[in-house]
Amino acid sequence: MESLVAAQERPDRSRPPLPGPPAALDLPTIQKQSLPNGLAVWVVERHEVPVVQLSLLVRAGAGQDLAGKAGAASLTAAMLDEGAGARSALEIADAAEFLGAALTTASSFDASAVRLNVPVQRLAEGLPLLADVALRPTFPEKELERLRQERLTLLLQVRDDAASVAGMVFSRLVYGPGHRYGTGTIGTETSLKTLTAADLRAFHAAYFQPSNATLLVVGDISASGVMPVLRSAFADWRGRSARGPTPLAAPRPPDQAEIVIVDKPDAEQSQIRIGSVGVPRSTPDYFPLLVLNTILGGAFTSRLNQNLREEHGYAYGASSGFDMRLGPGPFYAAAGVQTDKTADALREFFKELNGIRQPVGVEELAKARNYIALAFPGEFETTTDLSRRLEELIVYRLPDDYFERYIANVMAVTAAQVQRAAETYIQPSRFIVVIVGDRKTIEPGVRALELAPVRALSIDEALQP
Amino acid sequence: MRVRWALLFVAMCSLTASGQTAQPPKLDVPYQLFTLSNGLTVILHRDASVPVATINVWYHVGSANERPGRTGLAHLFEHLMFEGSAHVAEGDFDTLLEAAGGTSNGSTDNDRTNYLIDVPANALELALFLESDRMAYLLDTMTPERVDGQRDVVKNERRQSYENEPYGMASLEIDRMLWPEGHPYSRPTIGSMEDLTAASHDDIVAFFKTYYAPNNATLAIAGDIDLAKTRALVEQWFAEVPRGAVVQPIAPPPAVLADVKRKTITDQVRLPRLYLGWLTPRGYAPGDAALDAASSILAGGKNSRLYNRLVYETQIAQDVTAYQQGAALGGSFLIVATARPGHTAAELQQAIDEELDRLRREPPTPRELQRVLNQIEASFYRSLERVGGFGGKANQMNAYYFAGAAPDFFAEDLARYMALTPSDVQAAVRRWLPPDRRVELIVEPETQG
Repeated sequence: MESLVAAQERPDRSRPPLPGPPAALDLPTIQKQSLPNGLAVWVVERHEVPVVQLSLLVRAGAGQDLAGKAGAASLTAAMLDEGAGARSALEIADAAEFLGAALTTASSFDASAVRLNVPVQRLAEGLPLLADVALRPTFPEKELERLRQERLTLLLQVRDDAASVAGMVFSRLVYGPGHRYGTGTIGTETSLKTLTAADLRAFHAAYFQPSNATLLVVGDISASGVMPVLRSAFADWRGRSARGPTPLAAPRPPDQAEIVIVDKPDAEQSQIRIGSVGVPRSTPDYFPLLVLNTILGGAFTSRLNQNLREEHGYAYGASSGFDMRLGPGPFYAAAGVQTDKTADALREFFKELNGIRQPVGVEELAKARNYIALAFPGEFETTTDLSRRLEELIVYRLPDDYFERYIANVMAVTAAQVQRAAETYIQPSRFIVVIVGDRKTIEPGVRALELAPVRALSIDEALQP
Repeated sequence: MRVRWALLFVAMCSLTASGQTAQPPKLDVPYQLFTLSNGLTVILHRDASVPVATINVWYHVGSANERPGRTGLAHLFEHLMFEGSAHVAEGDFDTLLEAAGGTSNGSTDNDRTNYLIDVPANALELALFLESDRMAYLLDTMTPERVDGQRDVVKNERRQSYENEPYGMASLEIDRMLWPEGHPYSRPTIGSMEDLTAASHDDIVAFFKTYYAPNNATLAIAGDIDLAKTRALVEQWFAEVPRGAVVQPIAPPPAVLADVKRKTITDQVRLPRLYLGWLTPRGYAPGDAALDAASSILAGGKNSRLYNRLVYETQIAQDVTAYQQGAALGGSFLIVATARPGHTAAELQQAIDEELDRLRREPPTPRELQRVLNQIEASFYRSLERVGGFGGKANQMNAYYFAGAAPDFFAEDLARYMALTPSDVQAAVRRWLPPDRRVELIVEPETQG
């Protein structure tokens, strides 16, 4: 047998085997349809398992929350399946679960979504549920109070978690309490207490309109088979003119570095966040930034993880990221480091943040480009993977051939582009640093670094309205 | 970590949802199984839906194999498997993979250690080279400095996941309470700080020589692969790895809870949390599937007994979860609930006990059980979509084989659930979740000074 012949040869371990030519990216076609009410429908066939995922995407999220009403978009989404059409919250949950379906509602800064993942033979039974939840929510007072208390309790609980506290304080300091990105999508204790069912109804009425939504259907269906059932499920959805998304005010990034220590007495680790305002998803520098971040803190062998974890052992892991939204979301570098190495870790963070502004080497650049580009076809493996990637096209209005050109765009990134992007967006002399840890142990060392002015706060002070 | 894969997904179909008799899809996962002359068992499965391949190795050693005084050694060892071997310089393991578009990971639990490499299909041979090199030649370049480096990383993993994680220490405490002293499951997989400090280069060398032999491992490869070529490549890269001694099975002391064990600990948290724990059947043993279904009837979704009563109706709890963990040497069942502000763990316990008692007295309704089974069935079909990662087919095929079943046990595994009746669930709750033989752990907020 062929295999036995091969076994006689000793493998050559003197150099690693070279990969063969990569497979071409083979994306399924997006079949664009529309319903009589103007709702755009994207159908993508995927016949591997007998499942279909429907995502009704609405182009409005927490970024559209009105002043003083932070959390309205998120609570609206959460309330959609708490009563809809003639069904109660418990009836909706029971019906979805009995179908073996997953019915979820969600909201980000940029969009809201109702998603139904259902066995294809139960699609006809699942669709009316999806339509009720997305189009006919009833916002019952009793359920609203329940979710309000749940969210207020959650805001209390996050104070236990150093990583959550660090993230919240970081956003607050980078954007200021007046900008929507300064507060998490669920809002604050103060704003949550003021939200009414009328606020949620208003949000729903303004944005859940056919002209402001897209229905994405991915799975074991055909366009010709699924369109009639979609037409009947959404026949009653009469559009009004949707309120167009109002662009957020441009944030004013801090122009001076500051270090804020949030005291968590006796903590064995310090949670560190460093960064500032980053870029919107529409940035022309998307691909250089993707490569830059992969080199800096977006992969296991990235500089931050190699330094803080592999070289020094200060942390279990270190990373960085650009959170790109319709408006400029934050850039951050992050790690949890052992308490007695907090100042050392901070020094190394700044070494890498300054270092990335220097030209990157040829091999490092090639590794990062390959890491993104060669892994890209694998990101479309499951029905859910494929749906999530396609949602990105819808929410950010990216061109239809965006993914076809993605790999070429990654491979075209040059060292000069990476350096220019780093000089523009990684400016450590203006970065905000948040450290949640044991103040009495870490403060002297952090001050001795003389990186920036240092302030110390309690958790309650740091998170007060 | 113990991934109970039935809890990973929610979706899909049922025969009885509305009286239709749609033919359910088959859970076919065709495979080839063969063993090399050095004892390495190999499982191959082709799924060409996207051009990726995964290689997934299970070594049949976990923290249960550790000796007292060396807790955490199996997991520390796992970290060292990524640090290089005779023909792979330190740092090159992941550098080579990333340059080819690949990623790696690993995990350690009580019973086994797994390693996975996900690559574009064209880089399969690179992955086989890396995997075989550390299986054959890890010790050639192992140094005390490498051990020290990962010791610091693992200590920080422990700080991040336990000491500095809200309620993190409770999960270690509950194992100490559930399992008798001397039982391997009573010891933490992450290890104590003291034992991590004590772990030596010699310990690592001895651990490799004892457990990291091809005859104590299985290699599953799945994805867009050519079966014949892959078999030839496996033989080419792994045939030279020397066979090791046979590993002796663990002989744990009997684990029985004779009465109620109670304990209260404090943590830097704002809300009290209650843990109730029982000793239950090991994975795939009679009772395991019924308890898994019971966990969903108790705490899966808004209509589940405990969620509905504690979180939805009375709102005395912020959250409640329940799960059956069927490990190799035994199982455990946990119910965990967090009190809302102004409520106590005692209130939660009383309500939970009333609901458990109701389930002991009368079986769940047919619809309650069917709702759960429909979701479990759905999760099985959806799990066939991914080949790699911890939730992919290759890992599950290794898991089935490790449990003594065929790698394509998917359909039989699902059948364990679909055969359940309401009275099976009731019987399992009566038999395995008694009120007078269990562990009760309460985490109270530290008094803020």
